[in-house]
Parts: sequence; C-alpha cells; structure tokens
Amino acid sequence: MILEVQDLRTSFDTPAGTVRAVDGVSFALDAGRTLGVVGESGSGKTVLSRSIMNLLPRRGVTRSGRVRFQGRDITDLGPKEMTSVWGAEMAMVFQDPMTSLNPVMRIGPQITESLRFHLGLSRPEAEREALALLRSVNIPEPKRRFREYPHQLSGGMRQRVTIAIALACSPSLLLADEPTTALDVTVQAQILNLLADQQAKRHMAMILVTHDLGVVAGRADEIAVMYAGRVVEKAPTEVLFREMRHPYTEALLASIPRLEHRSHTRLQAIPGRPPDLVHPPAGCRFAPRCASVQQRCLEEDPVLRAAETTGHHYACWYPVGTDEGREARERNVARDTAVHVARRPAARRRPRDIGVTGVPVLTDAAPAEPEGGE
Amino acid sequence: MSELQSESVTTRREAPETRETREETVAALSGDVLDAAVIPAIRRRGLGIGFWLAVGWLAVLVGLAVLAPVLPFVQDPATLDPFALREGPTADHWLGADDGGRDVFARIIYGGRVSLFIGVASVTIGMTIGGFLGLTAGYFRGRYERVVMSAMDTLLAFPALVLALALVTFLSDPGEQGGSITTVTLALGILAIPALARITRASTLTFAEREFVTAARSLGASHRRILTREILPNVVPPMLSFSLLAVAVVIVAEGALSFLGLSVQAPQPTWGNLIAQGRPVLREAPHIALMPCAVMFVTLLSLNFAGDTLRRRFDVREGLL
Amino acid sequence: MRRYLLQRLAQLVAVLLVVSFLTFLLTNLLPGGPENAILGPNATPEAVAELRAELRLDDPLPVRYVRWLGDVVQGDFGESYTQRVPISELLADRLPRSLELMVVAQFLALAVAIPLGIASAYRAGGWLDRWANMTAFGLLALPNFILAVLLVFFLSLGGVVVFGRQVGVDFFPATGLVPWSVDAVAHVKSLFLPALALAAGQIAVYMRLLRTDMVATLQEDYIGTARAKGIPTRRILFRHALKPSSFSLLTVAGINVGALIGGAVIIESIFVFGGIGDLIVRSIYTRDYLTIQAGVLVVAAGFVIVNFLVDLLYSVLDPRIRHVRAAV
Repeated sequence: MILEVQDLRTSFDTPAGTVRAVDGVSFALDAGRTLGVVGESGSGKTVLSRSIMNLLPRRGVTRSGRVRFQGRDITDLGPKEMTSVWGAEMAMVFQDPMTSLNPVMRIGPQITESLRFHLGLSRPEAEREALALLRSVNIPEPKRRFREYPHQLSGGMRQRVTIAIALACSPSLLLADEPTTALDVTVQAQILNLLADQQAKRHMAMILVTHDLGVVAGRADEIAVMYAGRVVEKAPTEVLFREMRHPYTEALLASIPRLEHRSHTRLQAIPGRPPDLVHPPAGCRFAPRCASVQQRCLEEDPVLRAAETTGHHYACWYPVGTDEGREARERNVARDTAVHVARRPAARRRPRDIGVTGVPVLTDAAPAEPEGGE
Repeated sequence: MSELQSESVTTRREAPETRETREETVAALSGDVLDAAVIPAIRRRGLGIGFWLAVGWLAVLVGLAVLAPVLPFVQDPATLDPFALREGPTADHWLGADDGGRDVFARIIYGGRVSLFIGVASVTIGMTIGGFLGLTAGYFRGRYERVVMSAMDTLLAFPALVLALALVTFLSDPGEQGGSITTVTLALGILAIPALARITRASTLTFAEREFVTAARSLGASHRRILTREILPNVVPPMLSFSLLAVAVVIVAEGALSFLGLSVQAPQPTWGNLIAQGRPVLREAPHIALMPCAVMFVTLLSLNFAGDTLRRRFDVREGLL
Repeated sequence: MRRYLLQRLAQLVAVLLVVSFLTFLLTNLLPGGPENAILGPNATPEAVAELRAELRLDDPLPVRYVRWLGDVVQGDFGESYTQRVPISELLADRLPRSLELMVVAQFLALAVAIPLGIASAYRAGGWLDRWANMTAFGLLALPNFILAVLLVFFLSLGGVVVFGRQVGVDFFPATGLVPWSVDAVAHVKSLFLPALALAAGQIAVYMRLLRTDMVATLQEDYIGTARAKGIPTRRILFRHALKPSSFSLLTVAGINVGALIGGAVIIESIFVFGGIGDLIVRSIYTRDYLTIQAGVLVVAAGFVIVNFLVDLLYSVLDPRIRHVRAAV
C-alpha cells in the first residue's frame, strides 16, 4: 500500500460561504497501480489531487482526514517538511503545459533544479541526467531543447517536458491532473502512452485525474467516479464498465462519443449543472439531475456500500442494473410522459422547467439496461 | 485583503491586472467549484468610515479656507503680535505664532486658500484640455490619436518640476520673481494635461467599442452626439475620482514650487512657503514648519484616500494606460 | 535583434532631437532675454545692442538652434552668463553628485521594496502585508520636501523632548555633501538623509507594484509546478516568481531613474547638495538661459536614454519579447 486516503475533506472559505470541494473521500492505492479519478469539472477531482499532495493555499482552506504515504502519515506535515516529499517521492503533472512551465526560464534549469536540490547532483551530473530524461520522454534533439524557452516548444512537447520534470527524481507516486485536456487529440494518446510506459518502467503508482471516462478506460486498474466532492462509485476498471451501478457513471459513459454508433447520433448530455457546494442538496447530491430519482433520494444521503463483486462500491439507493433501479426508472418515465401529456395543451413549457421533485429531462432515450462497456 | 490599492504612478506600459488577493487565490484554485455567481457578491461594499473621515477633513478645510475672512476665530494672517514671537501653541494662537508673531493657524488657513485654489483650478484646466484630447483620441483613433499621444509623451519626457519652473518663468513678466496665482495655476494646469489625457483616453477606449456605442452609431448618431451623450457620461465618474488624486499631485507640485520660492511670493502665505519659512528656525521653533507639514500631509492623505476609494469603485484599470 | 536595435536607436536620436529643440525653444521664448540677465534692467540700448551682436542673438531662431546644437554635440555648452565659466565645467562638477544621489536612492528603494513586496505578496492579507500597505499609503501622501524637513528635524537636529525624553538624534549632517576623498564615513553620512528622502516615496510605489504583480504571478500554474517539484519557498519566490513579476517595477524604476537625475531639485536644494537640479534652479533665479538650456537638455536626455535602456532590458528579462523582436 503506497497511498491511503481516509475521509479526506477540503473546504474553501468564500464570501458566499464554505465550499466543500472534497467531502469525505477514502481510497487506497498499491505501488505500481493506476487509479483513475473521473468526474465533471466542479466535481472536486482537481482539489482532491492537490489535497493529497497538500498543495493548497493555507489561508481560507480547511483540510481534514488522513493521508498516509509509504506508511507515513503526511497529513499534518508543513510545507517545509513537504518539500522533501514533493518532487522527490510524489510528483505532479499539471493540466495545461502552456502555463505550467516558467516562461522566463530555459527548459534545462527547470529540470535540473529538482535533481540538484533533491538528489544533490552537481551541475554537469544534473545536466547529463536531464538530457537522459528528455530522451526518455521522446523529445527529439534534447540538447537543443535544453537551451530553449517553453514558448519555443509545441504543446505536446511541453507536456513531455513537464512529465520529464515530474519523473526527474523517480517518485513513487505520480499525480496527473487532466494531463491531456489541453492537447490536440492526436497528441493525447501519445502522452497517455508515454505516461503508461514510464509508469511500468519505474514501477510507479499513478493517479490519473480526468473528466473523460474514455481516457482511463484502458489505462487505469481502478476507477473512482467523483460527483460534487464525493466518490459515488469505485471499482476495478473492467468491473465498473461491466456492472456500473450509479446513474451518474452511466450518464458519464453515455456522454462519450462511440465509434459503433451511427454518425449524427445525438450524445446524451447530462442535464443541469453540478450542485452548489456551499449549500449542497439534502439527500443524494445527484438527485436533482438523476433519471431514477425517488422521494428517498431527496431525503436520505446514500452511503458508499459494497456491491457483489469485490472491490466494487457505489452510493445509490436505486442502482442501475438492479430491480429497484429499473423500477424507479420506469416509474419516472411513466410519470414524465403523463406530465408531458397533461401539460401539452396549456402551453409550450420549457423542458428545463422542472423542479427538484419533478422529473428530470433525461427521458426519451435513457436506456434501462447499462450498455456493456469493453 | 488589500484595502488600499492605489497607483500614484502612472505606468507607461501595460501592467498586469490587479487581482484582489485572497478571494481570488481561493477562487482560482477552487475555480471549478465556485459558482461564478458568487464572485460579484464580493464587490458590494460600502465606502467605509475612512472615506467619510477623509471627506469630512476636506470639507472642514475647504469651509475654513472659503470663509476665513468672515470667521471670527481666524485671525488676520499678517498681523504681527510682538508678544508671541516663535511662541508654541497657546489659547491666543492655537497652533503657535511664527518668528514675526503672526498666527500660524491663520496662515495655514490662508495658505490653504492658495493651495486648494491652485489645485482645483489647475486640475480643471488640465481636465478640460487633457480630457478633450484623450476623449477624442480614444474615440477617433488612427493618426490623430498617434499624434496627440506622442505629443503627450514628449511632454512627459521633461522632468516635471523643471518644466513647471520653466513654465512659471515663461508665463511671468520679466523681472518678476516667482509667479502669481494665475501663472502658477496655468503652468501646473498645462503640466497636468498629458497624464489626464492618457487616463481619459484609456477610459474612453473601454467604452468606445461597447454595444451601446455601436448601437448609437448604427442608428446614425453624429460623432458629437455619441461623444457627449453616450461616452462622456460614462467617462466622467471615473475621471472625477482621478481628479481628486490629481488635485493632490498639483498641491504637492505647488508646495514644491513655493518651497523653492518660485510660486506665489511671501508675504502671501502658501503651505510650501510656510514650511520653507519655518525651516531655518526648525531647531528653535519647530512648530512653525511642522504645523503646515502636518496639515498638508493629512490633506494629501485624505485626497488620496477618497480618490482611491472612488477609483476602485469605478474600477478603471491602469492596465489600459 | 540587430535590426530592432538599430530601429530603436534611430528612434532614440529622433526623440533626443525633438527634446533638444523644445528645450531650446522654451528658453529662447522666455521673456527678458539674456541681455537683461547680464546687464540688468537699467542697461543702455547701445550696450544691449552690442551684447546681442556679440552673442549673435539677432540671427533667426533655427540658425541659432543649429549652431547651439552643433556646439553641444562637440561638448561645448557655451559659457554661463552669470558665472563666466564654461557650462561643461559646471556640468562635470554637478552631474556626478546628482548621479550618485540617484543611484544610492534607487538602490536604497529597491533594497527595501523588493523583499517587502515579495513578503507581502507571499502572505497576501497577512499582518505584514496590511502593515506595509498602510505605511506605503502614508508615504505616498508625504511629499519629499516634508519628509526631508522631518528627517532633518529628527535625525540631525535632535528632534523634540517629550516628557523629558529626547525623541530623535543629531547623528546626520543637515546640509552639504562631504566629498568621498575627504572622509568616506562622513560622505556616506551626508548622503544618507537626502537619499532616504528621495527613496521613501519610491519604496512605497515599488513595493505595491511588485506586490500586485507578484500576487498574480504566484497564482500562475508554473509556480504550482515549482512547488510540486519540492523547491524551497525562498527559491521559488526569488528564482521563479521575481523575474516574471518585475516588469512594471522595472518600467517605473526606469522612469524614476531618468526623472531623478534632475528631478531631485528640491532635495538637492534643501540639503545644499550641489547637484544638477540645484544648478537648474539657481540658473532660473538668475535667468542664466544657456545654463538652464544645458541643464534641462542633459536631464531630459538622461531620462530618454534610461527609458531606452529599460526597454532593452525587457528582452533580457522576457525571452518571448526577445524572439518576437528578433523576428521583426
């Protein structure tokens, strides 16, 4: 067990109130394994990765829970103690390579810096090591790139550099926060493969944060789906795709374009917006947007519970693929149709105009059965 | 939280946007969490007690200065009291008397008449001419803008005080030492033109491309009409807040000139020449110099504070200068 | 890059020409004229005519300008009407003093403002930030001649006795500049008060500029990258964040360096410093036109040249600018 996170909570004080960005997240990660963290923007997945690394501003931020790393409790370490952990033992690749490299420093020093600081290498040693790193992340002409500034490199090239920086001291845990979101589609796969290669080579654990279920599908050993600061479903990858239980996971999957669909098939957008984290709704936080929502969902907060398959957990009262879930969904479809029929003569109402207790909009095509994922 | 975010120096090149500190640090980090609707709520704040204290001080000062000749407790600034030479504060002379036995309080009030008049009048001149140039430059753009703005830049290339000295000398009659209120006002007014033109232009630029201007233009409104009816009303409020800061700058400049004996001449009191006059006897009778220093400082502080509060209210970005 | 440099150099020369012409125009349009200054108001018309002929004042303005400029380019600023010595000698005596004062004041201002600005940006909203911000606001409302009077009062005249206790010292000389060659310690002491009086307002300005830019920089992603690398905070602040945050600071410091060469008029005059600002003011009192002309020209040229250098420094600080310019 290289990383163990227990009931991690992070909140921000804002003038509007306390934003609970991460609200009770627990998981464990073994050396050499990959955890995919998936969620929409606003689900708290970025804050989660920063909370694990303790890379949050001190003012206005409250963090509780435990983070154990390599058997050591690092929750309460101050920035001073963390500097020996950061970069050396856990490293991070950021989302946007356009902004995550210092524009006024040459590439070289940005890599050698941590080598010299953490490993105590001399300047020539560090330079040799940095060139080797640049080669290992497949940067052509490493010698030339070493002397260049970030703006002289393409986006993909820059992300390779940030990966080289993160890998410099051979950390045992790598956090990749949406590492491909800002890149061209053609480059995305290259970068993901590079990360996977390096991970295998270095026997490194990795947390891959993304909004795209497709990105983690073939690359993560385990996936945690986050919604509104919480993990709503967690399972080994193939289990998740085969037996997904949470309506949100289902909706996320339905929003990915798929090759086997005819072109011009409409994608299923998830209606509505993530909830206000200052005043989160009572009961299940996904309820206002859920196709299977029932009265109970609005009153009782579902806890994360184990599914039949080992390692599979979900938090839902009417899970997808079970009888309760199916019935709930059908009840809603029936009532929705009735409502629509009843309202039709009155006026053309906006379809969004449905209250919390009303029926969500995801009506016409929501499949009752989960699509088998591969 | 940064309460006092003033830029008294006009940056020539683009300065990065100011971010309020903590709110935005948190907002930037929790960016994907925070609802955008939360942010505007931060900005609604009152003007604060400091603002009203500053305005109160200025109001009292202006009131005293204007009414000085008819107020019974303000003595005649030229009357010599042989029994009070260099005397510290007493019941007769609230802030003491100078080395001629003249009442320091009265002299500060009468000096304030000069300083405040020159401050307001110069800024009015500068604002009228500079404002017109900046407004038209920001609206018409093109070659006209380039010519106007490079002329302004050339003016700014001269050391301000030296230019002021030269202007005062140029505007005065030959043989006259220093200047009169009129010449000093004119000189400082001319000096204020470039800075005020730049700021007006920056402010105009932010409005010239707005929808309501485009709308007015597409309705066939004349330039004159667009400038006076659409743009001017929007540019005036931020400019007024800037003009408070400008008055402070002019008062300092006048103080400097009269301190050097190049502005309005003694025995007519001004804050600058009161301080200069007290300086030789600083050791023996410090109140003669220090009292006007204190009054001037508090006045400048008030002008800066009030102007700054209003400026942030209207949120004119220096970045556009 | 080279082409850009040449372009900028040509621009510089053009601006200097405009500045010199304006200077010439300004002093030559002044009423009274040099004959008044030299001969006094009661001179006979014949004497005036003779003098005007001698000084070739009756030539048309452009002719006189070109003649004057030609001399200036060769280092000949003419002879002071009142002091009867070559102006270049006056300048050679005065300029080093002013330059030294300016350099020391700038150094003092930056040495205080940079650490303070960084510290208050790092702990934005903390006690240091608030305290520094309030002090800065106060300093900005304190004209330097008032500050100079206060400094002299408290640090060289012994200050004031409050309840039997002396508040203040008489450590620093109130006026004059002791030459370095006479007494090095006394030189530094005599330089300190005027330099501090000049620096104080700039400390406030620089600190707030740097703080504002630094707060923005510290929110940049690459600072996050540097932190995640495990680099110590101090190194992040000085090595990663300072350089990209120093553009406004550099600009304004450049303007100030230029402006201070002759803009320290009041401070030089209060401390009887014998600098170039002092010289200009005295020449204005005595209507010594040629000297005014030379002084203003030197000062304005210094201002323009310093700004030119600052512009070049940008590209040293920011490689992006360097490459854009190289491409032009």
